[in-house]
Amino acid sequence: MDELRQRLARDLDGAFPDLVAHLQGRLYSGLRRLHGDAAEDLAQETFIRAYRALRGYDPDRIRRLRLDGWIWTIALNLGRNHARDRARRPTPVPLDDRHGVSDPEPADLAAWDRRLAALPSPQRTAVVLRHVAGLSYPQIAEVTGRPEGTVKADVHRGLARLRRILQEET
Amino acid sequence: MSIERQLEALCEPAPPTVAAGALLGVGLADGYRIFDSPVGEVVVAFNAAGVSAVDLADDDVEERFRDRFGRPLVPARAPRGWEERIGRAIERGTPGDLPVDLRSVTPFQRTVLQVTATIPKGEVRPYGWLARAVGSPRAVRAVGTALARNPVPLIIPCHRVVRTDGRLGAYSLGGSHRKRRLLAHEGADPDRLERFAARGVRYVGSDTTGVFCLPTCRHARRIEDRHRIEFGTDEEAVAAGFRPCRTCRPA
Repeated sequence: MDELRQRLARDLDGAFPDLVAHLQGRLYSGLRRLHGDAAEDLAQETFIRAYRALRGYDPDRIRRLRLDGWIWTIALNLGRNHARDRARRPTPVPLDDRHGVSDPEPADLAAWDRRLAALPSPQRTAVVLRHVAGLSYPQIAEVTGRPEGTVKADVHRGLARLRRILQEET
Repeated sequence: MSIERQLEALCEPAPPTVAAGALLGVGLADGYRIFDSPVGEVVVAFNAAGVSAVDLADDDVEERFRDRFGRPLVPARAPRGWEERIGRAIERGTPGDLPVDLRSVTPFQRTVLQVTATIPKGEVRPYGWLARAVGSPRAVRAVGTALARNPVPLIIPCHRVVRTDGRLGAYSLGGSHRKRRLLAHEGADPDRLERFAARGVRYVGSDTTGVFCLPTCRHARRIEDRHRIEFGTDEEAVAAGFRPCRTCRPA
């Protein structure tokens, strides 16, 4: 990660594809759990915004960036806008993938989406950022703009609730 | 398995469209679509600056693009209105109103390619003619290199440039048999061109007008057999009292 930051500071265009390759799995997976089918578009747009932001940063600022947390600041912001727009004008749920390739969610993933959907939004976000996206508590605190103690409590309560849901299923 | 572990297992690889769309969106990748052409299916690559490459649609095309241009090539939808323009440019063998990205070649090569784009469909010009047309009559070899580097064959019609002795010569888009097929498709009659070349004929004149042309010039093709005079060199034609055609500018 440190080497990637150095290269981004030196040669943004050369290193940016590596940044995408490095972060896309966790970013997409987290967005998928938080925003379902919109994850693909949101992940793409997150990287495009990230690139434009990096264009305007001086090299020292890029060298100091915690990339995995920083990318989530952008992603959560876009996710919030997306959720707000969708609430304003509800769109019909597409029956299949936009690209015509049907890609059904494995049963296990669908079950987890249902369980996560039962959590209050701050808990869901905190749990996904911690355990799917792999961010640290201080990073989650920074990204969500909430105190670290609150974030920890959200994760613990969220996990406890998920455990209860799992028990009820069996 | 702990619940934390189960959540971590939800991490899946991103679909390839994520990276493709992101790099395309910031201009670090080019998009492409497949089009029909007289030489079969071709890949047409594009970015914000214009059409950046035309290449044969085979399994290695993405790798060749990356090797040459240093950017990834990803399947994408062309900008609005471009699909029709690309199809038209391939059919006519000239860019017309289609923007072409020639940043990958030198300024000299760009000039050569821009002049090449003005050669009419169904006609051919020798390398030497092109060298003169760009103002560097001695740079015939560099002109050949420029054509070999043409990133957008078919759209910039490098197939309409032939060897100075009249033979068809090499073609970058998959070899000289494709050049022959393209010229035949455009009505340039490659067999006739090679017969002229074999007899050492490089110019034809009309004894009714006193004008001499390159053999594929539209004026030359109207000359009836009984009025056609053949020349091996432009000096010969001038010595016989002929003047060069103002359309094909043979000398």
